[in-house]
Amino acid sequence: MLFTKLERRAAIGVFLLLFALTYGVPYALILAASLARSWNGVLPSGITLGHFAGILGGADGAALFASVATAAMASLAALVLGVTAALGARDLSRRGRAWADLIFFATSAVPTVSIGLALLVAFSQPPVLLNGTIAIVVLAHALIVFAYAYGGARAGLAQLPDGVEAMAESLGAGRATRLFRVTLPLLMGHLRAALALAIAMSMGELAATAMLYPPGWATLPLRIFALSDRGDVLNAAALTSVLAAMTFALLAALRK
Amino acid sequence: MRKPATALLAVPGLALAGTLGYPLLLVLGTARHGMAVLGSAAFLAALEHTVGIALAATAGSMALALVFALVLAFAPFRASRTLGRFADTMIALPSFLTVLALTFAYGSAGVVNGALAAWFGHGGPRLDFLYSAWGVILAEITIYMPFVMRPLLAAFEAIDRAQIEIATGLGGGAWVILRRVVLPAAVPALLAGGSLCLLLTLNEFGVVLFIGAKGVITLPLLVYDKAIQEFDYPAACAMAAVNIALALALFAAYRALLTRLMPDAVH
Repeated sequence: MLFTKLERRAAIGVFLLLFALTYGVPYALILAASLARSWNGVLPSGITLGHFAGILGGADGAALFASVATAAMASLAALVLGVTAALGARDLSRRGRAWADLIFFATSAVPTVSIGLALLVAFSQPPVLLNGTIAIVVLAHALIVFAYAYGGARAGLAQLPDGVEAMAESLGAGRATRLFRVTLPLLMGHLRAALALAIAMSMGELAATAMLYPPGWATLPLRIFALSDRGDVLNAAALTSVLAAMTFALLAALRK
Repeated sequence: MRKPATALLAVPGLALAGTLGYPLLLVLGTARHGMAVLGSAAFLAALEHTVGIALAATAGSMALALVFALVLAFAPFRASRTLGRFADTMIALPSFLTVLALTFAYGSAGVVNGALAAWFGHGGPRLDFLYSAWGVILAEITIYMPFVMRPLLAAFEAIDRAQIEIATGLGGGAWVILRRVVLPAAVPALLAGGSLCLLLTLNEFGVVLFIGAKGVITLPLLVYDKAIQEFDYPAACAMAAVNIALALALFAAYRALLTRLMPDAVH
């Protein structure tokens, strides 16, 4: 044992104190705020579900729809591209694969504000005009989550049992059959996890969306910022709790 | 080299080149007309804030992650698995969630200040750090700590427990074993997680926007302001180019570090 009994107790005590200060208390309070009727004293008072009532209608409902739709479209597009890229990278030499990794993962290192700006600059002028459309928001999200899809597919392919595909080939399966009947089904666990992470990231994206969103397509994070900016913190907390709960549920459901 | 590989790579390659490569090149092209802004006081202040906050938040994340990972790995208790997994899920949550949470705890109308006002009256002491660079740093530490804690826990897992038993048997106290056995094993993970942290904190936008502290403008926020509030695209592009160059250089260093430290893993 590394610690004596006393040291161990002290270590756990320090952990719990720090955890409470950084995560425990703040997150408990955000949940409390989203259920609070009012908050004028030290603690919130009264319990209400009223802050959640508007979630399916009005501006909140529109934001929820915009977020879910954007995340679904962008994440699926990123997943298709990411899997294709990972399959291509697998057949490269070790060196080539390192370069492919560097380039594909680099997309996640570009600041998202700069991705927003770049799309704004590029697609506000011919030949392609996308400024002010929903498509440009979806495109930005797809670019931002692409690396997660690629990373998931790459990790899955690296762990594929040796020779399964070669065996299928020797049994006469063509390229397409091998891909859709052998490789992709074996990757499914990784792909679902990657999709979950991509959707979660997209649902929380703020910077690029703030630069690109057309009227009527304000996503949940933008709506939450608008609420919090004008001091409506209880509704902002409720909407944030919804976003967090959806993320947790999604991760739990897809990561099994 | 099999031929299909190039064909497969062509699809995502061309898609990324057209939708990200070409726009980024246009940013560089437009930046040429906005270089003057790079000498402005606003830009230099933002650059200083960005780097300073990123360094402080990274150092804080590394320290907090080290404490958390040490306890979770070597002094596990009943709820430790759940708490560890909770911090893990943080990675998928939006950064502004943490800011809102901290506002309810430490903000001007938060619980701590509410309690202080209740005890000492309204003229009494107040906790006022949240709407400053310190608030940004605290929020970023809590958000990015898991990115360091994850590799640290994996590194601690790999330490041979017999080594620790033997060192204890030889009379080594916890402090000596930590310094001689545990911490050296943690260095690669600490560096890898720390550099990822630095990259993410340099690019952070939501935290700074939500805290909205006067005088705390970072590079990403300034790019946003120039482009969206002032429609000054050349200046925004020039600053974005600096931000991108900084991020990509750091990313290349991070990748090089990863391949040196953990050559066989898919990152």
